[in-house]
Amino acid sequence: MIDLKDVEKTYVTGTVEFKALKGINFRAEKGEYISVVGPSGSGKSTLMNIIGCLDVPTAGEYYLEGRPVIEMTSNQLADIRNRKVGFVFQAFNLLPYATSFENVEVPLLFAKLNGRYRRRRVLEVLAQVGLADKVNNKPTELSGGEMQRVAIARALANEPDIILADEPTGNLDSASGGEIVRIFDELNKLGKTIIIITHDVNIASRTDRIVKLKDGLVESNGNML
Amino acid sequence: MKLSIIYNVFVRDFRKQKKRITLTLVALGWGTVSIMLLLGFGEGLHRQLNGQRKGMGENIIVMWGGESSIAYQGMGKGRPIYLQQEDIEYLKRKVPQLKEVGGEFSRWGVRVERDTIVLQEHVIGTTPNYRDMRNYVPQMGGRMINDRDVQLRRRVAFLGWELKERLFGAEDAVGRQVMVNSVPFTVIGVMKEKRVMGNYSGMDRDKLTMPITTFETMFGHRYLNNMVYQVHVPEDAAVLEEKVFEALGAKYKFDPTDDRALMIWDTVATAEAFDNILIGIKMFLGIIGGLTLLIAGVGVANIMYVSIKERTREIGIKMAMGARKSYILVQFLIEALIITFFGGFGGMAISYILTEAFKRVPIESDVMEMMGRPTISLEIGITVVLILGIMGVLSGLFPAMRAASVNPVESLRYE
Ligand SMILES: Nc1ncnc2c1ncn2[C@@H]1O[C@H](COP(=O)(O)OP(=O)(O)O)[C@@H](O)[C@H]1O
Ligand SMILES: [Mg+2]
Repeated sequence: MIDLKDVEKTYVTGTVEFKALKGINFRAEKGEYISVVGPSGSGKSTLMNIIGCLDVPTAGEYYLEGRPVIEMTSNQLADIRNRKVGFVFQAFNLLPYATSFENVEVPLLFAKLNGRYRRRRVLEVLAQVGLADKVNNKPTELSGGEMQRVAIARALANEPDIILADEPTGNLDSASGGEIVRIFDELNKLGKTIIIITHDVNIASRTDRIVKLKDGLVESNGNML
Repeated sequence: MKLSIIYNVFVRDFRKQKKRITLTLVALGWGTVSIMLLLGFGEGLHRQLNGQRKGMGENIIVMWGGESSIAYQGMGKGRPIYLQQEDIEYLKRKVPQLKEVGGEFSRWGVRVERDTIVLQEHVIGTTPNYRDMRNYVPQMGGRMINDRDVQLRRRVAFLGWELKERLFGAEDAVGRQVMVNSVPFTVIGVMKEKRVMGNYSGMDRDKLTMPITTFETMFGHRYLNNMVYQVHVPEDAAVLEEKVFEALGAKYKFDPTDDRALMIWDTVATAEAFDNILIGIKMFLGIIGGLTLLIAGVGVANIMYVSIKERTREIGIKMAMGARKSYILVQFLIEALIITFFGGFGGMAISYILTEAFKRVPIESDVMEMMGRPTISLEIGITVVLILGIMGVLSGLFPAMRAASVNPVESLRYE
C-alpha cells in the first residue's frame, strides 16, 4: 500500500543544497510492522515525513494505495494526513493550551464529524491508550509518557490504516517507552500498518522488518539488524 | 459544514488564548481611545475658537476717523477726519463691491431705567444691517431694529442679553418699556447669546441699541464713532480697503495712501493670522496623534510578532493533523477581524462616552468652556481602527499565511 520508487529529497537552505534522500525504494504492505533505523542524519525523518505526506519528494514516485501522491493538491494531501495516516512525533507536538480531549479532537474537527460522534470517539481512543482519567488535563499536567499517549490517541482518532512514529520513545524513560511500544504492538495486532523510527534495538527487534538507512540510501531491508 | 468547523476550531482556540487576545484588544482599544480623544479635543477647541471669532462678525472691517499725516491738495497734515452718517450711503454708492456698510454712534454712561432699576449703560445708535454684519441676532419672539425704525426715528431698543438680565431678570422684555435719559423706549428684541473674541467699543452683551436716526435726534451727535463694512470674501479685503480710502479721501480731501487718516481694524487679517495658529495647533495634535498611532500600531504588531513562533508551530500541528490551508487562513482572518472590531469599536465607544461625560462636567470656568466641547469624529475613529487593524493583520496574518503555505514539517521545525 506504500510504494516509493527512487525517491529523492533535496533541501535548499539559502544557496546551499543538501540531498537528504538519494533514491529510496521502499514498499510496505497492509498490516506490516516495520522499524526504520540508521545513524542520525541518515534521512529517516525525511523519509517518514514523505510517507506521511507532511512533505513531498523532489524526485521519484510515491504511490499510496495505488494513487500517485506527487500529483496531489495541497487539499488532497491534507485529507490524507487527516484520514489515512496517523503521525506520532518525538516531540509530541500537542497544542499546549488544549486539554487531552481537545487535542485528540483536532483531526475529528477537520474531518467535519459531528459533535456527538467526536465526543464518543475521543473518549474511546483516550481509553484505548489508558488515559480515561486524564481527559481534561492540559499537556503541562501530564508526564512525557502520558503526552505521547495523547498523541497516539490523536493519531488514532480518524481510524487511519497507517501509523507513523518518528522516535516516539526518544524523549521518554525506558518504562514509559515500554508502554508506548506495547500500544504499537497491540495496534499492529488490530491490523494497522505501523512504521517506527527508532534507535532502540529492543524496539526494532519486535518488528516484522527492519529498514536500515545510511546517507540517504536504503542500506539493508530485511529482518536482521 | 465547513463554517461549523471554523466556528468550532475558532471558538475553542479563542477561549484558550484569552491572554494574547485580551492584550491585543487592549492595545488596539487604547490606541484608538488616545488618538480619538486627542484629535477630539483639538477639534472641539478649533470649533470653539472659530465660533468665537465669528461672533463679532465675519469678514468685517471696523473703521474710525484719524488724522491726516500727509499734506494733500493744499491742506496741511494733522487735520482730524470725522466720519458722518451720510458716509454710509456714500460708501455704498462709491464702492458697490462691498457687501454691507454700516455705522454707529455710541455713548457711555447713559441713564437707563426700568421701574425702580436705574443703571448707567452704554447706548449705541446703528443701522439695521448690524443684524447680519455684527451678529446682532434677536432671540425668539423679538427682532432687531429695521429700516422703518430708522426712517421713522422710532424710539425702540434692542438689548444685549446681559443688559436685559440686569433690567428684567428672567422676565420677558419684548414689548416692555425702558427709559433712556427719561425718554420712554419700547424693547423690540434681545440679542441672542454669542461668543465673541475681541471687541471694540464695549461688549455687545451690555449694549442698548437704537436706530441710528433716533440716536442722532436724541443726543445730537454729528460724527460717527465708527463705521463697519463687510466684504464678500477675505481675498477682497485688501483691494477694497484701497477703494474705501480713495472714496473717503476724495470726500474729505486726504491722500488715499495716508494710512493715518482713517484707523482700520481689519478683522479679516486678524482672522487669517488666527487661522494659521489654529492650523498650527491642529498640525501639532496631528503629529502627536500620528506618533501615538505608531506606538499603538507597534504594540499591536509586537503582540502578534511575539506569538509568531508559537502560532507557527500551532499551524504546523494543525496542518499535520489534516487542516486545509483555507481553514487556517479563515480562522486567522476572523480572529483579526473580531479583534479589530471589538478593540477598535470598543475604543471608539469609550472615546464617545468619555467626551460626552466631559461635556457634562458642571465646572464653570473659561478653560472648561474652551475645552468642554470635544468633538470626536467617526471618520478619524474608523481610520485609526483600520490602520491599527491593518498593522495587526499584516504582522499576524502574513506569518500565518506563510505557515499555512509551506509543508507542515517546515512549520513544525520553525524556531
Ligand atoms: N528542512 C531541512 N532543511 C535543510 N536540511 C534538512 C532539513 N531537514 C533535514 N535536513 C538535513 O537532512 C539530513 C537528514 O535529516 P533527517 O531526515 O532529519 O535525518 P534523521 O531523522 O535520520 O536524523 C540531515 O543532515 C539534516 O540536517
Ligand atoms: Mg530524525
